[in-house]
Amino acid sequence: MSDSPLNQPNNSLPATAQLISEADTLRPRRRAWRRGVRSMVRARWPLVAIFALGLVVIAALFAPGLAPKDPNRQNIINRLQAPFQTERSGNVEHILGTDGLGRDVLSRLIFGARVSLLVGFTAVLIGGTLGTSLGLLAGYVGGIVDDVIMRLADIQLAFPFILLAIMFLVVLGPGLLNLVLVLGIGQWVTYARIARGQTVSQREKEYVEAAKALGARQASVMFKSILPNIVAPLIVLASFNVASVILAEAALSFLGLGVPPEVPTWGGMLAESRDQLLAGRWWLAVYPGLAIMMTVLSFNILGDWLRDFLDPRLQGSR
Amino acid sequence: MWTYALRRLWQSLIVIIGVTLISFVALHIGGDPTYLYVSERASAEEIAETRAKLGFDKPLHVQYLSYLGNLARGDFGNSLTHRTPAMEVVLERLPATIEMTLLAIIIAISIAVLTGVLAALYHGTPVDGSIMTMAMLGQSMPSFWLGIMLILFVGLQLRWLPISGHVPLLSPLFAGDFATFIENAPNALRYLLMPSLTIAVFSLSRNSRLVRSSMLEVLNQDFVRTARAKGVSEPSVVTKHALRNAWLPVVTMIGLEFGFLLSGVVVVETVFSWPGVGRLVFNAINQRDIPLVQAAVVLFSLLFVGLNLIVDLLYVRLDPRVSLR
Repeated sequence: MSDSPLNQPNNSLPATAQLISEADTLRPRRRAWRRGVRSMVRARWPLVAIFALGLVVIAALFAPGLAPKDPNRQNIINRLQAPFQTERSGNVEHILGTDGLGRDVLSRLIFGARVSLLVGFTAVLIGGTLGTSLGLLAGYVGGIVDDVIMRLADIQLAFPFILLAIMFLVVLGPGLLNLVLVLGIGQWVTYARIARGQTVSQREKEYVEAAKALGARQASVMFKSILPNIVAPLIVLASFNVASVILAEAALSFLGLGVPPEVPTWGGMLAESRDQLLAGRWWLAVYPGLAIMMTVLSFNILGDWLRDFLDPRLQGSR
Repeated sequence: MWTYALRRLWQSLIVIIGVTLISFVALHIGGDPTYLYVSERASAEEIAETRAKLGFDKPLHVQYLSYLGNLARGDFGNSLTHRTPAMEVVLERLPATIEMTLLAIIIAISIAVLTGVLAALYHGTPVDGSIMTMAMLGQSMPSFWLGIMLILFVGLQLRWLPISGHVPLLSPLFAGDFATFIENAPNALRYLLMPSLTIAVFSLSRNSRLVRSSMLEVLNQDFVRTARAKGVSEPSVVTKHALRNAWLPVVTMIGLEFGFLLSGVVVVETVFSWPGVGRLVFNAINQRDIPLVQAAVVLFSLLFVGLNLIVDLLYVRLDPRVSLR
């Protein structure tokens, strides 16, 4: 509620008073932050999740520096080398082995983090923004706008999501932009439903009436007054959503509907591993899957913790 | 009850129209869809001829109406690779997919209820902890990766189960051939087990968590305390009092679960070379066989809408409070 126009520091106040009021608005925030860190340390697992995600983010950001080899350099002589195999020189050249084209698995794994995180975050950003705006609109305006938006949501939910994505990507053609757009637009429904429900419950509250009475425009009431008060469940949803989008991206890359095959992705690596499965080349399948699982698991753990932290009433449920 | 049923029917109808609209948009979103139906080396005349034949030269609303008409007759055009009506090709593969999803639902729901109830009864103990950890892991791994791991370890390493292949189970049953059905069943199950388990794990994990929380909620309620105070035995409290109420949220999930399972079908069938609709779609994607992809996706969506409708109506029978809302 600290962001509603009523609580914002008034510019006409003397400088000291303004400083005091700024300190007042800052303090609860800092306290919440500290409370968050403390609860996270107490729960332990979220801390592990943050650490794991940190590794993935670092891998994605500094992939060219971190990767021991060029992820696309083929070397037919060294193809299908098992992990930790020593060369004639006595060194281990490819810690996690090489694939069917002699490319370094570890390097491809590190570069693969880029697509997963990029697609995960952008798609959730697109879906979250779109869904939240539409949900706010439906909940606040009501009437026919509400009916149309929510019926659209029902229709989209009638498609098993991956199939819908397949149908569009087959026609549009694969590629990073199409992938992000299809996955992003596919996510709006859940945000819209939650945002709408929350908005309906907030619409009649006094602070909304007050903002309206002060002459705030509709858009300003929706986005400046109501939005900050309904954002908590949406953040929780976003955390779980990044996890499910990364899983969906892996599935679509596995089907060859993701980014072009020369770009290393975890799902794409799994698709290539299928040809080597019967020959028992386990490392080609095990490592990319573990990378996906570690990333997705971390987002799920964080989501669980965020939900408990932001809404203590739900503690331990689900 | 009847007004509720009628309202739900009406909603489903709108959704079905929406489904057709979206699939129509999907067909046209990349520009002139004629190019999806001709080979890359087609001459200008060939393209023009195909365009006229498929009616893509007419205005959009006319095209949509004829698309609707074709859809109502189940006509998606000929599959570009099979040269026979796309819907026929899909329907031929449907029994294999239904076998897999049906067994998956049975696995998912029965194990989810069992583990969820166990976790709730032993709330806060290591039993609860390990079940919930497994559930968390199950929700975080890509299903097709689990399939690959099962092939590697259960199939190739331990040699317990076959890694691919299929013995028809439902198609003889649909044809009324009971003897073959019974005869095939044990063998068919061996082939079915790994793919079904793979596809079930995600919803199994999610529902296990759902059953646990729903059960915990119910166990804390007054009527359970009363039953215990009356001296009702603990197994009877759990099965007759608590479980019957904790079931309800799970029943609603079953319909939705079916949709998630169908989503997984494409990747999982590809992993196990399962001769169902999913692998058909995978091959159709690679050969850009648009009519086939469209037929499969629309059929799955209609199945999904229908199933959700049935589940919702059943739910009213189970919980009379719903129709009052």
